[in-house]
Amino acid sequence: MGISVEGAAKRFGDFQALNDVSIDVPNGSLTALLGPSGSGKSTLLRAIAGLEVLDAGRVLIDGEDVSGKPTQKREVGFVFQHYAAFKHMTVFENVGFGLKIRKWDKAKISARVHGLLSLVQLDGLADRYPSQLSGGQRQRMALARALAVEPQVLLLDEPFGALDAKVRKDLRTWLRRLHDETGVTTIFVTHDQEEAMDVAGQLVVMNEGRVEQSGTADDLYEQPANEFVMSFVGEVNRLGEHFVRPHDMTVLLDPDERSEEAMVRRIVALGFEVRVEFILADGTEVWAQLTRAELQKLELRDGQIVHLRPGQIKSFSGPSSSDGHGASTPRDLPEGGDAEVSAAA
Amino acid sequence: MKSANRWGLRTLGLGYLALLLLAPLVTIFYKTFEHGLGPPLEAITSSDGLHALKLSLLMVAIAVPLNTVFGVGCALLLVRHRRPGNALIDAVINLPFAISPVVIGLSLFLLYGAQGWFGPGLAEAGIKVLFSVPGMVLASIFVSLPFVVRETVPVLQEIGTEQEQAASTLGANAWQTFWRVTLPAIRWGVAYGVVLTTARVLGEFGAVSIVSGQISGETETLPLYVEKQFQNFNQAGAFGASVVLAMLALGTLLAMNVLKGKEDA
Repeated sequence: MGISVEGAAKRFGDFQALNDVSIDVPNGSLTALLGPSGSGKSTLLRAIAGLEVLDAGRVLIDGEDVSGKPTQKREVGFVFQHYAAFKHMTVFENVGFGLKIRKWDKAKISARVHGLLSLVQLDGLADRYPSQLSGGQRQRMALARALAVEPQVLLLDEPFGALDAKVRKDLRTWLRRLHDETGVTTIFVTHDQEEAMDVAGQLVVMNEGRVEQSGTADDLYEQPANEFVMSFVGEVNRLGEHFVRPHDMTVLLDPDERSEEAMVRRIVALGFEVRVEFILADGTEVWAQLTRAELQKLELRDGQIVHLRPGQIKSFSGPSSSDGHGASTPRDLPEGGDAEVSAAA
Repeated sequence: MKSANRWGLRTLGLGYLALLLLAPLVTIFYKTFEHGLGPPLEAITSSDGLHALKLSLLMVAIAVPLNTVFGVGCALLLVRHRRPGNALIDAVINLPFAISPVVIGLSLFLLYGAQGWFGPGLAEAGIKVLFSVPGMVLASIFVSLPFVVRETVPVLQEIGTEQEQAASTLGANAWQTFWRVTLPAIRWGVAYGVVLTTARVLGEFGAVSIVSGQISGETETLPLYVEKQFQNFNQAGAFGASVVLAMLALGTLLAMNVLKGKEDA
């Protein structure tokens, strides 16, 4: 079922959590709401579930205006960051809760709960209490509980935020597969751009209660609508009014007509990729992403003077922005072209 | 050196408790059974003694359920529905802790007495509050009102609202959420409050003594009976009833400790 939000506004005291937000989530998609904390992404998700009442605007699920409906009638599955497990119930009772409320008979509940537990790989833990599970297991139980009632939409609020890095990575892959299997329209909230790009097909980038841009991961990375999106989705160097990706920085030992002098400050090896930090003549700090092979070829060392040639540069004029090719630069940096070979491309 | 200090402290602490708390209790038990089981048994199986016991249990049976329902509802209001007036409600609920029971008894006396605000009207309707069970129930409810609220509020704050929100997304309405999620989550806090309320109602003397008129066999609870036997130099009777009262109180306190253990587990 598709979800639309139109002109949503919500204020908590002096804080404007949502400011005229509209989004469209197509049926069957897996969409990420991405933004820093305080950007309004969780409030938007909770408003879709009916856990927050909007000051203005409306929520449509499958074309129907549900703004006046209480949460329990919206048929949404919701997964909380801190699991919200019913601590006094076993795993079985947690997952079967929604079915018991719907007055299913015992045999049917048992069959469905055991089916879901095997889907989330918790077979054999049905009689445990939440306190006897690990964080990852609790979150999978919470997912099974949300899926048990066959919701029209599945909403996840920073579902992996409280888990350690390894478990988080496993659960991401697993969530994507689960979505492929069930096909339930899913929205999940995250502040981690890598997680959003890894899991979701569609991304909605939010900041200060507004939607900055929505689209696929490629759209956002290649065609960021503004400075915020460019710096939030992927890494970025700022050169005056211009922005350039670190992998679009070419390091030269000899100057050419489009390069600028820079000093190597620090070389950080991160496995295959190497992060080299520079300082420009005017004090600006930038960094370049190189491969190990490139670094070895250049034989860089700390304190060395080299020349940097930025590849694709972008600039944005004001909040409503455009691609900045061709703009003249205050620092006389030459504009980049598509023919530039980036260091780590 | 360290261990000597620790033993010293422990002996001091236990000695203090033994002198102030255990010694009186032991004395009562000793005095009661000094001349065998006969006299105390006779005292508490006398018609006035049995009536006093029944009346005390009746107070518990009425005041405790009422204060439990009120206490849980009030705690939900204070924690889950933050409103400007809540601070005032919170302060008013503590009044019975702050005011002496005798003052509470007197205020009820003034309110429901022949010249009181409500007294004449109720008397016309044929309802007798003072010197009868309704007045004693009112006094018992008043003095034991804060316990369930005070024990439930922190537990409600601790469990947060996420479990309740999860229940609503799973289709539960407010009533179902309360019975299936909220109440089971706060049950040990509520139970602890119920035990304290029971102990307070059983032991209440001051307020009840004023509104009851202390009519033997009619408006005398167990603590009032003990006091009257003592005044009448019937030591065996006073001690016998005291032992029953002490056993009831010890039973509730024991129940409290069992509950506390479960809560910590």
